[in-house]
Amino acid sequence: MKKVVVTGVGIVSPLGIGKEANWDGVTSGRSGIAPISLFEPDENLITKFAGVIPGFDASQWLSKPEARRYDRFLHVALAAGLEAVEDSGLTIDDSNAKRVATILGVGLGGMPFLEDTIGARIATRKLRRVSPFFIPGLIANMAPGLLSIYTGARGESWTATSACASANHAIGASLRALRSGACDVALTGGAEAVVCHTTIAGFNAMKALSTRNDDPSTASRPFDMDRDGFVLGEGAAVLVLETEEHAQARGATVYAEVAGFGATADAHHITAPRPDGDGAVQAMAMALADGGLANEQVGYINAHGTSTPANDRMETAAIRALFGDHAKQLAVSSTKSMTGHLLGAAAAVEAVFSVMALQQGILPPTINQFTSDPECDLDYIPHVARQAEVEVVLSNSLGFGGTNAAVAFRSAR
Amino acid sequence: MSVQDKVIEIIADQLGVTVAEVTPDKTFDELGADSLAVVELVMAFEDEFDVEVEESQASELKTVKAAIDFLNGLTS
Repeated sequence: MKKVVVTGVGIVSPLGIGKEANWDGVTSGRSGIAPISLFEPDENLITKFAGVIPGFDASQWLSKPEARRYDRFLHVALAAGLEAVEDSGLTIDDSNAKRVATILGVGLGGMPFLEDTIGARIATRKLRRVSPFFIPGLIANMAPGLLSIYTGARGESWTATSACASANHAIGASLRALRSGACDVALTGGAEAVVCHTTIAGFNAMKALSTRNDDPSTASRPFDMDRDGFVLGEGAAVLVLETEEHAQARGATVYAEVAGFGATADAHHITAPRPDGDGAVQAMAMALADGGLANEQVGYINAHGTSTPANDRMETAAIRALFGDHAKQLAVSSTKSMTGHLLGAAAAVEAVFSVMALQQGILPPTINQFTSDPECDLDYIPHVARQAEVEVVLSNSLGFGGTNAAVAFRSAR
Repeated sequence: MSVQDKVIEIIADQLGVTVAEVTPDKTFDELGADSLAVVELVMAFEDEFDVEVEESQASELKTVKAAIDFLNGLTS
């Protein structure tokens, strides 16, 4: 079976713009969560804080008219995608363009555009004043679409949508496409930028979000006893995946191997996970089996770890159920404690952190660990990043609808 | 500001070009506007001058001068 490797990364998140800022932030335990600065939150909005990309200026990548035509998630997708391609040193031209695929994960897509247009035009029945760019500027697949236009990539181009698991499904699909020989390179990952009234009101209504308005930077506290819901974040990450032979032929630097992918469904509930976590257990097991890996080769798990009471309890149980005794040797952390939950882009930023952890030999921490929960009793790398060279990293992403996706990355050392 | 100046300003802003580049003889195509951008441009005129431009009239507006003349006619 063809080996697939990561040769470039690009990332914009609440921790900053670019690979350096993000790796620096995530290994120094910085929080990217603050009172919302993107807009003036209505007084009736229950949660008034989120993870917003600091100082993001779309004009760095797009002209003013173009930026205006595309929802924000497209701006961040492009920023991350172009950084990833540059980072990989890959030139995309007539000689290889048809062999480069663009497959990204997007959960909700152009919500802000929808909200603005519905408010200004639809609700007031100015139906003939809806912008001609309204539809193309908000549909989920315009993320890989724009990336293919800007890079010239002419291989298959589409979006995986599976809520919070989206980007892992996109990475899994890219892995399969590369192994099958359908393409030689895949630009994959995810993008999401839905920090707006509609999204927050929706998540608040289902009591999914933390309401810790008096202390936002400590609100995202996965596995902690007093966790009270997830913190919404925005951002994008793109990884350049290639077959190993393609990477070696052009002398590319390799971050890590994408060793395996596993995906399952809970068939249980639209939002709550199976309490026994069996869907997650099977997804992790499948990813390891797919990579021909033994449980004991796993040294670190980048957990889904949303900071909701239900997920963190269930995911801990799932890890224990799968790994048994080896769970005691595992380091598990949730970088959502620092970035917040980027929904369709979550698995993408977490994939970047996973491959960098393997390459750099540093495991990111879970911050905001104040009071331990007896039901969450694994080693969550509290507070401080840890120097450790591990062989295999598992990255979990579990979404509404009971969809589970896990990717296993392996060290290139 | 005159109708002409306002029209030029809107075109420059919508198409991302400088005011100096927006000369009466230029076609919107030359200024880099595709068909969607032209529709959006006409909507910006409609919003700014509080007028309605019929589909058939909009399709006739191919140059800067045509837009200026048309809006001068509508607003006088």
